[in-house]
Parts: sequence; C-alpha cells; structure tokens
Amino acid sequence: MMNETRIIIAGFGGQGAVALGNVLARACMIEGKSVTGMVAYGPEMRGGTASATIVVCDDEIACPFVETPDHAIILNQQSLDKFEDSIVPNGLILVNTSIIRRPVRRTDLTQIQVAATEIARSLGSIKSANMAALGAFIQHTKLLRMENVERGMRELFGGKNPVMVETNIRALREAAQRFTLVQPKQ
Amino acid sequence: MAEKILLKGNELLAEAAVRAGCQFFAGYPITPQNEVSEYLSWRLPQVGGVFIQAESEVAAINMLFGASAAGARCMTSSSSPGISLKQEGISYITAAELPCVIVNIQRGGPGLGNIRAAQGDYFQAVKGGGHGDYRLIVLAPATLQEVYDLTMNAFDYADYWRNPVMILGDGILGQMAEPVETKPYKPILQIPPKDYILDGCKGRAPRVIKTLILKPELGLVTHNEEMQAKYRKIEQAIQLCEEYETADAELIVSAYGIPGRVAKGAVKIARKKGIKAGLIRPVSLWPFPKKPFVKAAQTAKQFLVVEMSQGQFIEDVKLAMECRRPVEFLGKGGGWYPTQEAILEKIEQMLQSPKGAKS
Amino acid sequence: MEFHYPDALYNSHTHYCPGCGHGITHRLVAEVIDELGIREKTIATAPVGCAVLFYDYMKFDIIECAHGRSPAVATGIKRILSDRVVFTYQGDGDLAAIGTAETIHAANRGENITVIFINNAIYGMTGGQMAPTTMLGQYSTTTPKGRGKNGEGAPIRVCELLSSLEGVCYLERVAVSSPKDVMQAKRAIKKAFENQLAGKGYSLVEVLSMCPTDWKLAPEDALKFVNDDMKKIFPLGVFKDR
Repeated sequence: MMNETRIIIAGFGGQGAVALGNVLARACMIEGKSVTGMVAYGPEMRGGTASATIVVCDDEIACPFVETPDHAIILNQQSLDKFEDSIVPNGLILVNTSIIRRPVRRTDLTQIQVAATEIARSLGSIKSANMAALGAFIQHTKLLRMENVERGMRELFGGKNPVMVETNIRALREAAQRFTLVQPKQ
Repeated sequence: MAEKILLKGNELLAEAAVRAGCQFFAGYPITPQNEVSEYLSWRLPQVGGVFIQAESEVAAINMLFGASAAGARCMTSSSSPGISLKQEGISYITAAELPCVIVNIQRGGPGLGNIRAAQGDYFQAVKGGGHGDYRLIVLAPATLQEVYDLTMNAFDYADYWRNPVMILGDGILGQMAEPVETKPYKPILQIPPKDYILDGCKGRAPRVIKTLILKPELGLVTHNEEMQAKYRKIEQAIQLCEEYETADAELIVSAYGIPGRVAKGAVKIARKKGIKAGLIRPVSLWPFPKKPFVKAAQTAKQFLVVEMSQGQFIEDVKLAMECRRPVEFLGKGGGWYPTQEAILEKIEQMLQSPKGAKS
Repeated sequence: MEFHYPDALYNSHTHYCPGCGHGITHRLVAEVIDELGIREKTIATAPVGCAVLFYDYMKFDIIECAHGRSPAVATGIKRILSDRVVFTYQGDGDLAAIGTAETIHAANRGENITVIFINNAIYGMTGGQMAPTTMLGQYSTTTPKGRGKNGEGAPIRVCELLSSLEGVCYLERVAVSSPKDVMQAKRAIKKAFENQLAGKGYSLVEVLSMCPTDWKLAPEDALKFVNDDMKKIFPLGVFKDR
C-alpha cells in the first residue's frame, strides 16, 4: 500500500547497518506493525558496503523490496555516494557526521545530522554507533515507540553480550537528544 | 497463540521442512538460496536427519532419489541454473513415482544471468522441465507465512501423490524477512503406508524401482497413461488461489509470488481511487486454478498479467479463460521488479484505452 | 562338492552375450550375499549399460539409476538406512565417464558402500563405442583408427585414481578371465561386503571383464585379450586396504 514506509540502512561492513535493520524489524514486530526486511546479498555485499532495507506498514505489506526509499540511514560516505540519488523526492536522510565529510547534495531532503560514532565512542564502544543513529532516527520520525526499539535490541543481543546491550541503550537515548535537524532548502 | 518468529525466507523454509519431518537434504551452493543449506547443515543433525553438501546439483537430486526410495521425507534446494542441472533426476524421480520436495529460489536468466529475483523458470516448473510427459505439483508462496505453510503442505502432497512437489519462489522471497506464525506441523492429508520403498526384502518379495520400461503397449504407454490419470486426479484435488475484490471487478490483475502481493497492493490503491480492479493470485501453478479466471471473465472486461519474466505465466492465464477477454502484460526478465505505482499506472492506462474488449 | 543355486539369484536366463563377464560376476556377487546371509537386507543399484536389467536376475531390492548416478543414489539410501547393505553395480562408462564426479565424491566422503565395477574397456549396450577405459590403440566404433589417434587421451585407471583419496577403505582389481582369477574375484568381492558390514567405508572391486561381441572376438579369444592385453594396462592387485 501507499502508506508503506521504505527505509534503507547502509554503512561499511562492521558498522552494524544490518544489525540496525534487525533491531528495527524486530521492534516493528513487537509493536504489532507489519514489517519486511532484506539484506543486500551476493556481489552487492562485497567491496565493503553493507546495506539492509526495511518496509513498515500498519496494513499488510504489498511490496517487500525497496528501490526508492523514503528514509535513508547512512553511516558512511561511500553509502551516501551510492544511495543519495535513490531516495524519494522530499525524503529523509540521516547522516553520520562523525565519518561523512561531504555535505548532502540533494536540497529537497530533510536531514538528520548525528555524530553517531562520536556519541558511541564517548560511551565506550564505537560499535554502538548504529544504535546512536537509530536513536536519532526514531526520535525524529516517531515511527515506533523507543521502548519497543530497546526491547527489540535486548531480545536480539541480550543473550550474547549484556554489557554491549547497556551501551547500546545509552547510545539510543543519548543520540535521541543530540542530533541536528536540517530542513530542506526548497 | 502460535509463536511468531522473524527469519529470512530461506531459513524459514528450511525450518518448516524440518518441522514437517524432512529427514534428508542434499544441495549445492548457489545464490540466492544458500541459507537453506546453511541452516539445515546444523538444524537437521539436531533432529537426527541427514544433511549432505553434494558435489553437484546432479548428485544432489540423485541423492534424493535414493533417500526417497529408502522411505525418507527429503528435500533439495537450488536456484535457476542449478534447477536446470537437476532436470534429469527430476524426470527419473517423477517416472519412478517417488515423493520429494524441490525448492527453486529463482534468479535472473537465461545462462548464468544474475542473482536478482526473477520468474523466468515458470515454463520449466509447470510444463515439465526434464524429458518425457510428466508434471510437478508447483506451489508459489507470496508471503513468508505462505512459505512456512506451503513447505509443510508440500511434503504431504508429495507423499500422498507420490510425486515431486516444487516450491517456486524467487530471490526476494528467499532473502526477505517477515514475521510468521509458526504453527506446529499438522498433516493435511492422510498418507498411506509407503509399501513401495526399498528397505531390504525381509519377509516379502524383492522390490524394484525402475524407469526403464522397454515394452510399449502394456508397458511404457500404459505407465504414461496411468501417470496422466493420476495428474487428472491431482488437478481435481489441488487448485490453490487467492482472490481479492473479484466479484464486481471490471479489470482483473493476475500475478503469482512476489508480484502477486505487489499487485494486491496496487489493486487496493486502485479501489481507493474508485477503480473496480480485482486480483487473482494463483498459489498452485500446476495444477493451475482455472475456475476463478473463467468466473471472472464473465464480468471483468480486461485482464492484466504482471510477471518478473518476459511473459510465461500469461499463457496459462489466457488458456484458463480460453482467451475470452483481452490480456495485457506488464513484465520483464533479468531482475526487473514491478512496483505498485507501475501496476497502477498500467491499470489506469488500460481503463482509458481498453483494447478490443468483447462483452 | 555339491552344486547349489544361489538364493540371491533368480533361476532365469540372462540376456548377456556368450562369453560376457557379467554372468560370472553376477553369480559371484550372489554367492557372497548368500554366504554373508545379507540378501534380505541388501539394496543394490542397477546402472545404465548392459547390466541395466540386473534386477531381473538378482533376488533382492534394487533401484535402477540414471547413467552414472548410482553413487549418489546409493549415498541417499545408505544414509537413511545405515544398517542395510548397499552396493552399486556399474560399468566403465557409468562409473568413470558420465559418473566420474559422483564416483570420486562418494569415495572421498568415505560412504560406507560397496562398489562392483565392471571394466570391459568398451561401451557394450550402445554397441561398442570408446569407454574411458578403452586402451591406447584399441578399436571401437568411435575410435576407428584406434584410441589415441584423435585426441582421446589414455585410459583411466580407476583403482589408481581413487587410491589417493583418504575416504577410501579398499580397492582391488581382479579379473574373471580364468578359474584362478574368478576365485580371487570372489574373495575380493566378499571382502568389499565384509568391510561395509564392519562399517569401514568405501570399498571398490574393479573386475576386468570380457565383451567378445563388441571386441569382435570369439569368447575364447576374449579371455586371452583380458589375460594378455588388459592385465598389462590394468594390473591386478590390491591398491588400498585400510
């Protein structure tokens, strides 16, 4: 349906773009929304860039693949170069300003600028940069309730690394308060 | 309440197979279905099952031939080029009337093609594929819930009809994740005892499973006629389909698998705009659910077929309603994906300038 | 000595040509199966080739396979029914040409099966074409100048080829071209089945066998061809015994 929200998450391998997608998808499931997720596969995942796409909807999801995302969560510059043009007109882009040096070219996009890697580093682990990005994204879009995002993250990682979970939660909450919103220029 | 899980389609399919009692899997790596093998490599041994990474697609399907002859529920999985390689074995297994489940997570073709999702193997799946006159029961899920349910059903159909069942998916279905209610396995058919298997002739006459029948009359001709009689029965028994808003539809969109669900979204939008569109989404591709098409052709003036191929499924749509209505086509092979917007645009275009609609 | 017709053999006439080695080998396999008392738990594969009608002569469960695919089919059966005895009966085209991959990989996995490999250096069923084991200079309907003159390569020695694979338990090449050879062939076949019963893994017996019809020789001369020519290229003996 038209009210499907299509999101792409991209970064370099190890930045946790796919994990971010997993948390987001699980949180949607917890909140009772319809959700589909897909990770780029095959040669697309070679060469360093990792990406995942998520579709969220209140109704059943018709189209599980994403060619033109409404929202993009971009964790590194290579991914910005690769996906900036694919975002829908007047869409939303989140950029990790800790790593991305160039400005967003498109002037029709709303930008969430967040120093995700810096925030994560200040909390003790740059591995939580993905959760910092997610915190800012959720805070602005109100796509889901933050508590469900936290629960989804706990369900996914709680068994494996409890310390990491706590850092992740702090990253989610901290970044939710520490991002800059840049409105489109048009 | 049933447990809800979030897994990739390929993994979910593998889990459903295990829960349906699959005891044997053999497969060869090929994108985009590798997660089926990877999952079963650890999951099957947990339940005392057998996982083998075969040396080739050819060997994998022949390992199923053996496992099925020995009485086991068994499955193999591959993607388009790999399924081509398996055709010899599929023909033998079908001729020997043995059950098995074959998964085709289709990718772009022909040749090595690409690893995007596609639907170019429709003819191969539903018209035969290998040599000789035979049919596979072909199931085409569009959601992961259907992947889960139909995979379980596939084992029942295979055992009951003693015929291979193909699950025809595509790269999107295999790679996407979606929450699914994982109900426990419940057989949908009463499976007769397997009195044909080879397990040693203790206390009975030796059995032979073979497909060489040199004599024509009262031999191979008869065998073929018997197989066809079985297929006619299967056609009566299995015709699976989703119909949506067809009762008063002036335009019917038809698609299967992933394009089927996208088309449903387009129909919903069309309805909101006041367009009387409807959807017929076959779930069994062989047997092909003809009745809904015949019925819809009485009221609908036009049909639109959407496929991720150059146009194969469209032939069965035309056949099903004996070309009573004009059928337009939206589709491309090689990794092109239909969007709701593109389907809606086509619907609106068709309504503006209908092609020679008879009524 | 009392003559006894093996239980594992139907009392029937075979379709094999006079002087063919299949009949002898069938009987040896049947005798071994009787002696080991395993007829009722044996499942065999029939090949594509002259022995395709194997099941018309052998009195136990048999599955007829596509050309070359027996090792894969046998793998499927044995992995499901590990307490049964599973063996393949294959010719040279089946085992070492169209089924080379299946052969090598079943051997390499150490599948606990027995393989009876009939090497007669020719395609019998289809009428005398070159086999992977046809010898250099040997005539066939597709090597009219003798093998080796038209880029065909040299014969594949299966026992030697497989002997480097760790999964293989036992490899022996025997012949059925003289009474002495027949006795040794039976000993080897028995050992190959005993290995399986003991769970020792992949055992293969290569049997040099006569094909007078496609060699275009009288049966007596065919025996001589095995003894004088084939044994030089395919020396008898044990190649692996683990």
